[in-house]
Amino acid sequence: MTAATTTAPEPPRTGSPRSGDPAPGRRRSRFTDRLLGGAGGGWFPYLLVLPLVVVLWGYVVQPMLATFAQSGDGDGIANYTSFLSSAGVARSSLLTSLGISAASVLLCGIVGVAMAFLLKRFAFPGRRLIEAIILVPAALPPLIGAISFQLLYSETGILPRGLQQLFGTESPVLPFDGIAGVLVVHTFTMYPFFYLAASAALAGMDPSVEEAAYNLGAGRVRVWRTVLLPMLTPALVSASLLVFMTSLASYTAPLLFGVDRTMTMQIYINRTNGDLPMASTYASVLGVVSVLFLLGMRWYEGRRSYRSQSKGVSAHRREISNPVGRWLALVGSLLATVVLLAPVATIAVVAFSVDGSWTTEVLPTEYTMENFVAIFAEPQAFQPIVNSLQMSLLATVGCVVFGVLIAYAVRRLTFVGRGLLDVAVMLAWALPGTVVAINLIAAFSTGNAFSLGQVLIGTFWIMPLAYFVRFLPLVFRSSSAALAQLDPSLEEAARNLGASWWRAFGTVTLRLMLPGVLAGALLAFVHGVGEFVASVLIYTSSTAPISVAINNRMYSFEIGTAAAYGMLQVALIFVVMVVSGRLQGGGRAVREATRWTN
Amino acid sequence: MIGVTLESVSKRFAGAGDTAAVDDVDISIDAGEFFTLLGPSGCGKTTTLRMIAGFYFPTSGRIRFGGEDVTRKPPNKRDTGMVFQNYALFPHLSVAQNVGYGLKIRKVRGADARSRIAEALDQVHLAGYGDRRIDQLSGGQQQRVALARALVIRPRTLLLDEPLSNLDAKLREETRTEIRRIQRDAGLTSIYVTHDQAEAMAMSDRIAVMESGRVRQIGTPQEIYHRPATTFVARFIGRSNVLSLPVLAADAISVEVRLADDTSRTVAAPREHGLTESATALISIRPEHIGLCGPDEPEALAGRITDLEFTGMATNLTVDVSGQELMVATVEVPDGLAVGDRIGLRLPAARMWVVHP
Repeated sequence: MTAATTTAPEPPRTGSPRSGDPAPGRRRSRFTDRLLGGAGGGWFPYLLVLPLVVVLWGYVVQPMLATFAQSGDGDGIANYTSFLSSAGVARSSLLTSLGISAASVLLCGIVGVAMAFLLKRFAFPGRRLIEAIILVPAALPPLIGAISFQLLYSETGILPRGLQQLFGTESPVLPFDGIAGVLVVHTFTMYPFFYLAASAALAGMDPSVEEAAYNLGAGRVRVWRTVLLPMLTPALVSASLLVFMTSLASYTAPLLFGVDRTMTMQIYINRTNGDLPMASTYASVLGVVSVLFLLGMRWYEGRRSYRSQSKGVSAHRREISNPVGRWLALVGSLLATVVLLAPVATIAVVAFSVDGSWTTEVLPTEYTMENFVAIFAEPQAFQPIVNSLQMSLLATVGCVVFGVLIAYAVRRLTFVGRGLLDVAVMLAWALPGTVVAINLIAAFSTGNAFSLGQVLIGTFWIMPLAYFVRFLPLVFRSSSAALAQLDPSLEEAARNLGASWWRAFGTVTLRLMLPGVLAGALLAFVHGVGEFVASVLIYTSSTAPISVAINNRMYSFEIGTAAAYGMLQVALIFVVMVVSGRLQGGGRAVREATRWTN
Repeated sequence: MIGVTLESVSKRFAGAGDTAAVDDVDISIDAGEFFTLLGPSGCGKTTTLRMIAGFYFPTSGRIRFGGEDVTRKPPNKRDTGMVFQNYALFPHLSVAQNVGYGLKIRKVRGADARSRIAEALDQVHLAGYGDRRIDQLSGGQQQRVALARALVIRPRTLLLDEPLSNLDAKLREETRTEIRRIQRDAGLTSIYVTHDQAEAMAMSDRIAVMESGRVRQIGTPQEIYHRPATTFVARFIGRSNVLSLPVLAADAISVEVRLADDTSRTVAAPREHGLTESATALISIRPEHIGLCGPDEPEALAGRITDLEFTGMATNLTVDVSGQELMVATVEVPDGLAVGDRIGLRLPAARMWVVHP
């Protein structure tokens, strides 16, 4: 076959005869050439990736191993065997946690899928309003969210007392306590996983597929069973795994509704009782279960395959034509609106109530501006606000630097171990906040190489570090989503025009990623300001963040002041949501990241 | 201007096993030449172009720009101007800023830069569009901005990666004439990648036809059309009948073969055709070179029409000659000719050519 390669007469070659060696000046600049020239060279990716690996190893993986090591301190394997004995707290905590998670999946699945179908497939009055506010309860910071549900639905809550007064009964009507209360919080804050997944699947579904089934003679039920449900399955499985993981990690709801026998509560209780090896054991078990779920999810998402092709054609919405149905729909929408807005409204109302004035009444009776004045005017009350802003800002800067670079490395560079880098970030995402805190305690209660030999526990620095580990995946995800939208040839064009890798990255790639990065950074920042779960395990009196202050005020029955702090967090969240929504491409990044909550 | 030389260049991608995306390619492109890499998708043409641009480094072999070895040089040091398939215009920059990007890196500033940008935009008929945003331009205009951006840096070679594939048919023809004009005026060495053989034929000084990572033939459009080296080239460039015929005699430059009607033809063959008496030769002949006549005339193959398709400019016939189907294209069709009719075909020896498998 080689004979066929050339038949044309060899054209006369032009150009000067090639010179022997490159000029001596050239050789010297080879190293800088490659450093500045970058990607494409064999070792350049490793140069970029090395610091990323050090950070992920030092602050995510190595602390996790330290926790494993600590869990065996003294008693060896004994801590783990307590999970097997039938009488122990350990076993019942694990079972309760798993049970709550399973029930949460079921409840969230029913609510989320029903909402998705109602809102995406039917047209009725009030639909747009509900679509606009449907994510509000889930957007609340974990502590203030749980508090609002406690204020609304617990035995001393507004609704049971209101009903009690309405019907004149002896005790509050329909109070939610204990595990039921936890499930209410979980349902309201986690159904968006199902709602978002199902509505995305419904929106992405080519309506002609469904029409084809009808055209072939299938009835409504059959279409549901044979077409819609199978196409929704991947979305539902992913959402189930997410809700299960998130429920397992849930800490504030069991705390507020007094369910002590859950994994997260046991971590907290053992830590406060000073039994660090046992806390580490719980953290290890919870960590391992979470990681297994993470791996299961990645495996499942890797093999899911249904994607409809057609674009721009939205699925048909059915008008509800039956007059009774219309009235029912209207009443239902009103009710849903009230229920969705009630948590925020409760916090807002309570924030203006006088501390200690609200006892047995349905709603607070005395109102004042004093709570807001107090948290800003009293230096001691103002300190948590300063702490939170400061620590979140620090953590956010770190998240941006490393999140963007890791996203770039994972998406755009080829190097050995790329998959591991990706998994390491997702590990930080999968680990519950309590586990992250225990990991950092285990790793940094003595000096080690990654803390430059310093003991970090009990210092200011452990808090921003925890926030960094927890929220790095947010910036990573939003950056990664922004990068996925970006054609790699843009960077190549810049390189072709003479830009070094650094210059091409700065003037083109990073510049175009910016809206996504910014949206992720804002999200990381508000999550930092709302952080409670890890903070409560590692704060010191001088570094207490807002959420810890809220928790302390709740304990001393200063509910009004607690809610005023909460309103700051809520206000910040809504500002950030509006800003991100305006950022070009920011909306996508936020959607990517809404898959994350506590 | 400089020429570009590829010496036994191969590229294997990690994880792709033993298969090479580009396999031992030798190409020598003259200064000022318009050279096209042509082939179906997956043939390695884009990989070859990207190695010339510096986005991939070859696994083995050398690439030279003139006398300079650029094999391991990063893309930003090569001074090539590339036009990408999707244009890769920077969406956050205006038209003028896009065109000026490479100038800024070359530290061309102020009035000098402005006049060069204006000149480049003028060259692609976009004078006055400098302040537009990229998303305010049509596809054709974007394509021309991409071209201006590549030309303004006065590159050593111009690289074009299927730049016309996103344009509609009419615009594509206009633009290809325009690209050719600009290239000729500047005397710019250009390397063009396409899968469209008509485009390649119309634009190129020379074409390299690639298949499965290897160069199958390099030559002028005429050489490639009239003297295809292999069956693949014969069929990929235009349409071609490839007949397997027994060899009666062979010498260095020709082969005598026997046709179905027992007549023989002496057909020109490439050097090193390696055919000997009683071997089977592959002979290509273009549909438009086959003449029509009555079925029983001498020196003609008799056959039956199995398909007849009128395309306006020509009529395409499929004729069954003792079990083998031949494509015939003719401008003049005898009146009343229909599927099922018997017909005679004339195969002139001068239009036949021996090809490799």
